[in-house]
Amino acid sequence: MLYAILCYHDEAAVGALTKEEDDALMAELALVRRQLEDKLGPVARLMPTTAATTVRAGAEPLVIDGPFAETKEQLLGFYVIDCATLEDAIEATRLLLAPRMAAGLMSTLEVRPIAVFHPGRGGA
Amino acid sequence: MSELAWLDGALSAARPQALGALLRYFRDLDRAEEAFQEACLRALKHWPQNGPPRDPAAWLILVGRNAALDEVRRRSSEEPLPADELISDLDDAEAALAERLDNSHYRDDVLRLLFICCHPDLPVTQQIGLALRIVSGLSVKEIARAFLVSESAMEQRITRAKRRIAAADVPYETPGAVERAERLATVAAMIYLLFNEGYSASGGDAHIRVPLCEEAIRLARLLLTLFSAEPEIMGLTALLLLQHARAPARLDAEGEIVLLEDQDRGAWDRAMLAEGLVLVEKALRHRRPGPYQLQAAIAAVHARAARPEHTDWAEIERLYALLETLQPSPVVTLNRSVAVAKVQGPAAALAMIEPLAARLSGYFHFFGVKGALLRELGRADEARIAFDRAIALANTAAEAAHIRLHLDRLSEDHAAEGGLESSR
Repeated sequence: MLYAILCYHDEAAVGALTKEEDDALMAELALVRRQLEDKLGPVARLMPTTAATTVRAGAEPLVIDGPFAETKEQLLGFYVIDCATLEDAIEATRLLLAPRMAAGLMSTLEVRPIAVFHPGRGGA
Repeated sequence: MSELAWLDGALSAARPQALGALLRYFRDLDRAEEAFQEACLRALKHWPQNGPPRDPAAWLILVGRNAALDEVRRRSSEEPLPADELISDLDDAEAALAERLDNSHYRDDVLRLLFICCHPDLPVTQQIGLALRIVSGLSVKEIARAFLVSESAMEQRITRAKRRIAAADVPYETPGAVERAERLATVAAMIYLLFNEGYSASGGDAHIRVPLCEEAIRLARLLLTLFSAEPEIMGLTALLLLQHARAPARLDAEGEIVLLEDQDRGAWDRAMLAEGLVLVEKALRHRRPGPYQLQAAIAAVHARAARPEHTDWAEIERLYALLETLQPSPVVTLNRSVAVAKVQGPAAALAMIEPLAARLSGYFHFFGVKGALLRELGRADEARIAFDRAIALANTAAEAAHIRLHLDRLSEDHAAEGGLESSR
């Protein structure tokens, strides 16, 4: 069985770490990743929510600055996509949104740049 | 990191929101700070046992407010309010309040907190010191160290600033759209100045004071979290990130300034650059250009160039020209001239900055740029005069040392020419 492990933090608290503290934390996590390397698939650290853009289903899909903020929906999946510009990423998101809208789902997809990415070999 | 580091982190992360709400409630900065302090003390007592509440800011606001009210009631010997153990988290009774505390109020509370630090009567250094003390919650000692002044001097500066704003009229009503935009612009300017204070320290030995820059970025991000659709706030945040990303390469081992074109681009902080570039893209989608966005866009052009010779100077020149129309200033024209020199050559650039001489007669960079252009044009004697003037105007030892380097090169040029002549 493949599992996704989702990381939740208070962004302000993470942002309050000094560069040294953040580096130390990343070094610790790198050790754990090595310990899990046979099982672990892709790992991503996302940029702060201020870097996010949200595309919401509608007659004309709405592009909104900022992260997805509602609480009544649940996180049900994610994609990792390589795009040259934010514009391209939003365009791809529109394509991914269309079938959902056609199925009658009022989905919202958040486009959040990835800060750090390790592809991993677990689950391949 | 200590076991309770999370507690410190949670308290400082909640500080702007909690203190902002308490200020709205008490309409008095000292009382709000006392209430916040009290709430933090109680958090230190309760959170390690019960774990942090779901919404730390709301917890601190409620407990801080209750503690202050408790104090009033104790004085009038009435029934105390329920003990804060009972407020281990927000239950139904507080849900409505939490709802009200959410979003719009938080936004204006934090903005007000930042805005009162920007009172026009306060000199810039006091505005910045106050913001670091009140909003960021840095200790006087930490702020004094960042500004390279004694603790007592900083204490005095902050006390004086607080007295000033206590006497000033602070509007507590929810601001209208125009007023909100004005406040946002004032606060953005203060954050930018805070960053600059750290980036090109206006005095003293240290040329980059990293904590000030990092704090400025933190405040910019906070503002952007609250006003997520404001392109200028995206631009401001991007600008700070893109500039700070270059910090590791800006000084050499001797602490001397390394110019952009000589910097080791491999030492630039890639994560910060990437975040800055995304924010520039986000901002430009709005097609409402502003000074921060344009400056960020210029920084982005530099960030995208893997090598200095790949820099798209024509694009930079175009962006500066746009900035000049939005925000005419001799300093912008001076910066534009550097791009003009790359695109059209030093003569055109020199012609562009000559009319600025009177207005920039006390500006270090004017003479630095002028000297470099004159040197390129082979006018060594005039270049020397300009460089000497720049050294006299330098704000830091690193700036002066950098110009001396130019003077040395000038002498080398001269020596090379002399050698040429004698071999003839």
